[in-house]
Amino acid sequence: MRIYADAVIEGWRLLASGALDVWTIVLASLRVSGAATSIALLFGVPLGYWLGTRRSVARHVALVFANTGMGLPPVAVGLVVAMTLSRRGPLGDLGLLYSQTAMVIAQLIIATPVIVAVTAAAVSAVPRELRLQARSLGASPFHEMLLTVREARMGLVAAVAAGFGAIISEVGAVQMVGGNLAGETRVMTTAIVQFTRMGRYGHALALAAILVGIVLAVNVLLTAVQTSAERHEAGLR
Amino acid sequence: MTVGVSLAAADVRHPFRSGFTLDVPRIEVPAGTTLALLGPSGSGKSTLLAVLGLLQTPARGRVLLDGEEVSTRDRRARLAMAAVFQRPYLFKGTVAANVEYGLSLRKVAREKRAQRVEMALERVGLAGFAARSVATLSGGEAQRVALARALVLEPRVLLLDEPLASLDPLLSRRLAADFATILRQDGVTVVWVTHDHDEARAVADDVAVMNAGQVVAHGPSADVMTLPADEWTAEFLGMEPPGHGVVTEAGEGLVHIACGAATEIVAAASYEPGTRVIFAVPPEDVLLATADARVGPLSARNRLRGTVVRIEPRGATWRVVAKVGETSLASMVSRAALDEMGLRVGEAAQVVFKATAVRVAAE
Repeated sequence: MRIYADAVIEGWRLLASGALDVWTIVLASLRVSGAATSIALLFGVPLGYWLGTRRSVARHVALVFANTGMGLPPVAVGLVVAMTLSRRGPLGDLGLLYSQTAMVIAQLIIATPVIVAVTAAAVSAVPRELRLQARSLGASPFHEMLLTVREARMGLVAAVAAGFGAIISEVGAVQMVGGNLAGETRVMTTAIVQFTRMGRYGHALALAAILVGIVLAVNVLLTAVQTSAERHEAGLR
Repeated sequence: MTVGVSLAAADVRHPFRSGFTLDVPRIEVPAGTTLALLGPSGSGKSTLLAVLGLLQTPARGRVLLDGEEVSTRDRRARLAMAAVFQRPYLFKGTVAANVEYGLSLRKVAREKRAQRVEMALERVGLAGFAARSVATLSGGEAQRVALARALVLEPRVLLLDEPLASLDPLLSRRLAADFATILRQDGVTVVWVTHDHDEARAVADDVAVMNAGQVVAHGPSADVMTLPADEWTAEFLGMEPPGHGVVTEAGEGLVHIACGAATEIVAAASYEPGTRVIFAVPPEDVLLATADARVGPLSARNRLRGTVVRIEPRGATWRVVAKVGETSLASMVSRAALDEMGLRVGEAAQVVFKATAVRVAAE
């Protein structure tokens, strides 16, 4: 049991003394995962809306792809992105491999299907008649989408949580395309892996605690948003 | 007061998955009037409403607003309309947010929106409800909010798809009366889908009865609801099938109609002798008595002998149907009167009604 106690003590000392440059790593993580989640929302919500509101064969096929995409192994995504951005790859000339951009691309590919599938599920639960009602009051297709997404906002919060959760804790893809370069592409997960390999459990544990803390904080925030929205809808103040 | 516009559809055809096709060569709603689309479930009335309301594009056909062809892509035409459906379909949030939804789409200034919302809520009897969450409303309140949400837009055409069907009968009757009053005050052109005859009678100027995608009867409410065009319509409206006959004599505003071997009725109508006609007499205008009784107003020109074939309870009264020749005529009789007369199925009875009570149409 001593290994745990030593790691906790060392981790606490590191965090308290500021000896470990935690915040550079934390900021890199938040920047990469935040950007990937935001872009994934930008694409994923309209696509999820389309999938959730259409009744066609194409919709079923796309939904199968989105659901399958939710289970994409990050290492497979990392491999394909790394190959694409490598010097011999089709986008090798851009010189993006081992950059935060490459990490955002990889995380975007992982998060988008999650957001699409969760949004589609949330949107399809909104009655079709509600859109018809909005249309009858003069809503354009864009207004219909805004209204539907607003009605499905609880599900959307879940989509954000699922998408962000899937990538902030992911290590395989970012390691492969980011390379864990200190001060640049080193994020919490890759740093934890590296410190663990080096036997510096205190460092790894300190970062792991922060990572769990961030995931917890994001979920607390999103749950608060959900609860507040629920209370508002129920007419409670 | 809103200035209503005439609404019409022509040559509409639209196939349904269930097999039949909505087929309406022409239907028209004059400006400022209410047309009830009456029919059983699955008869195509909601689809026709969606076509008229530019919510659905038919496979074929045209919709005309004030004589001008319009389509689902015509936003200006769509902004002239509003709809209320069977369920209120309120958006999450407050009553005010719901009622002002269409106004914000029309970019009405915020201060004006608040004013109009308050006025609309007052009109539907929900003054002071603006800040309430829609989750706290009762079914009747929610439906009133849905009506306010449509009325606040001052639409020129209002589409109502069974707006009272999800409410209990008492509330439904009360709201039907309220809705009808509000709509008449507004002078808006209304298409009201319903399967309830009483509701149609209460709210509509004109009625179109639909069956299997077709309009089987269309005309002023008073005509359609008292003289069914055929056996199906009669059965649907809970009436006896229309009588068939031939005009044998005409003069002084009266016609004699031969209907069966030894039966002739007199009706206030103008048709040439030889014209084949259908006719009906509203049950509330028919007096029934035992065969030997001396009854009825002296002015009643029709005193026929018939046989009681059915006695059915209808709420607080009884509907007694007598066969006169080939024609069935119904009368509404109170429980006490029925007991007093002692009428039984199979017994002879007198059927008395005025010539002016007979509704006649050329076949």
